[in-house]
Amino acid sequence: MSDLRTISEIAPLVQSGRLSPVDLVAGCLEAARTRSSLNAFITLMADQARADAERARSEIASGHYRGPLHGIPIAVKDLIDVAGTKTTSGSALPVTAAAADAPVITRLREAGAIIIGKTNLHEFAFGTTSDETAFGPVRHPLDESRSAGGSSGGSAVALATGMAFGALGTDTGGSIRIPSAVCGLVGLKPALGEVSTARVVPLSGTLDHVGPMARSVADATLMHDVLTASSSTASAPQGPLTFGVPGSYFCDLLDAGARAALTRVREALVTAGHRVVDITIENAAWTPHVYLHIVLPEATCYHAPWLEPHADDYSPGVRIRLEMGGYVLGEDYVRAMRLRDRLRSHVDRALAGLDALLLPAQPMGAPRIDAATVEFEGASVPVRAAMLRLTQLFNITGHPALAIPAGLGGDGLPRGVQIVGRSSAEVLAIGRAVERYSSGGDGSVGGGTG
Amino acid sequence: MYIEDWLAAAKADAIKRKMPELVPLLEGLAASTAALRKADAEDRHSAKSETPPERT
Repeated sequence: MSDLRTISEIAPLVQSGRLSPVDLVAGCLEAARTRSSLNAFITLMADQARADAERARSEIASGHYRGPLHGIPIAVKDLIDVAGTKTTSGSALPVTAAAADAPVITRLREAGAIIIGKTNLHEFAFGTTSDETAFGPVRHPLDESRSAGGSSGGSAVALATGMAFGALGTDTGGSIRIPSAVCGLVGLKPALGEVSTARVVPLSGTLDHVGPMARSVADATLMHDVLTASSSTASAPQGPLTFGVPGSYFCDLLDAGARAALTRVREALVTAGHRVVDITIENAAWTPHVYLHIVLPEATCYHAPWLEPHADDYSPGVRIRLEMGGYVLGEDYVRAMRLRDRLRSHVDRALAGLDALLLPAQPMGAPRIDAATVEFEGASVPVRAAMLRLTQLFNITGHPALAIPAGLGGDGLPRGVQIVGRSSAEVLAIGRAVERYSSGGDGSVGGGTG
Repeated sequence: MYIEDWLAAAKADAIKRKMPELVPLLEGLAASTAALRKADAEDRHSAKSETPPERT
């Protein structure tokens, strides 16, 4: 049976010896076997994970407890190097095994975490639905005809089904927050540059982030602290908080479930004594245009050596988007980078006098696999554009953004809200306060009802 | 480069490279580029008008 407890819940049990890392790993591997149809993993590191668990058990028993991640199975998006395993990026392109761990993996290992496996993703992180992958579409745990979101879809599924207790994702336009939101999980895109992206296959070098995915904000905080070698506990805000809800652009296209989730969280925060005001982020409508003119040429530049000789190894949709990037003019890339600076100052200005922004994490629940468009009150929007709409601005500006579960829509699928602020530590501290009102209980997955 | 000229050249290149499926995407990109350039021009204009004139 899958174990969906949080790291915060099980860490004291592991420390005291009442729960063995060996049993935790066995449970995760069993969950991965039982629900293999979800295609969460590309490489399951069963033998190494068992050996690491035995070593962790022995260290802890001899009094060498390293901290709350010691002996905890963590899943890693297969875009990040783990020594001795192939970093496939979800692609059929030939690749050799990584010679060394990425710095984020080194940090996790030093904290005693056990890498349970490498998770499936939208090929090269260039999409939001995790269905364009050489390893089978990542399926939603609550409805296998639906996408688990992306591009870090496999990491989300592993967490939501007990195949891991925490996960690493990457986020270039929303790829941590999107699958977290549609699977009822917590996902942090840290501040730009805060977490190392070394030995991580790039999508867009100036927009890429690595961050934690978890079952609670407390767990995301534990992982963030390990990834950044910091401590977030000192950053808890005092007294009532002030939130700004950006209406225009961010609330224009929402399904009923996403709108209801935002209203529910907003009302709960006000009832609890916090202040919530309506605000505007100046020129937010520039977002998709600025994003597109940065991500396309940066992605194409990275893939240029392989695009022609390995054209048939790419998924057709990913390949064609990479080809498109070759046509973006240098002058338009420069324009986009200039407007990026402007958007950064507009978000800073919107945050003035506020503790954080509060907005939906996704405009809808999980889409059907292979759906091309999604409907919003008569408007038909491409799925990818809809899923990126609420998240990509904060990749452009670099502000930390946290997705938190916010209950279920009428379709029975999770919805989420997003907290955006000035520093990751502050956002996580505020997120712990918001989580109390958004998910119906600390640490609940799927909005407390899923 | 004017967007119309860029789009015509890009579409011709895509056809030459036997990638007709690129054509609708390039048309979408052209619309986005037009929006980007409009935003940039308007922002430069408003930034200019916010700057007080230099005294000589």
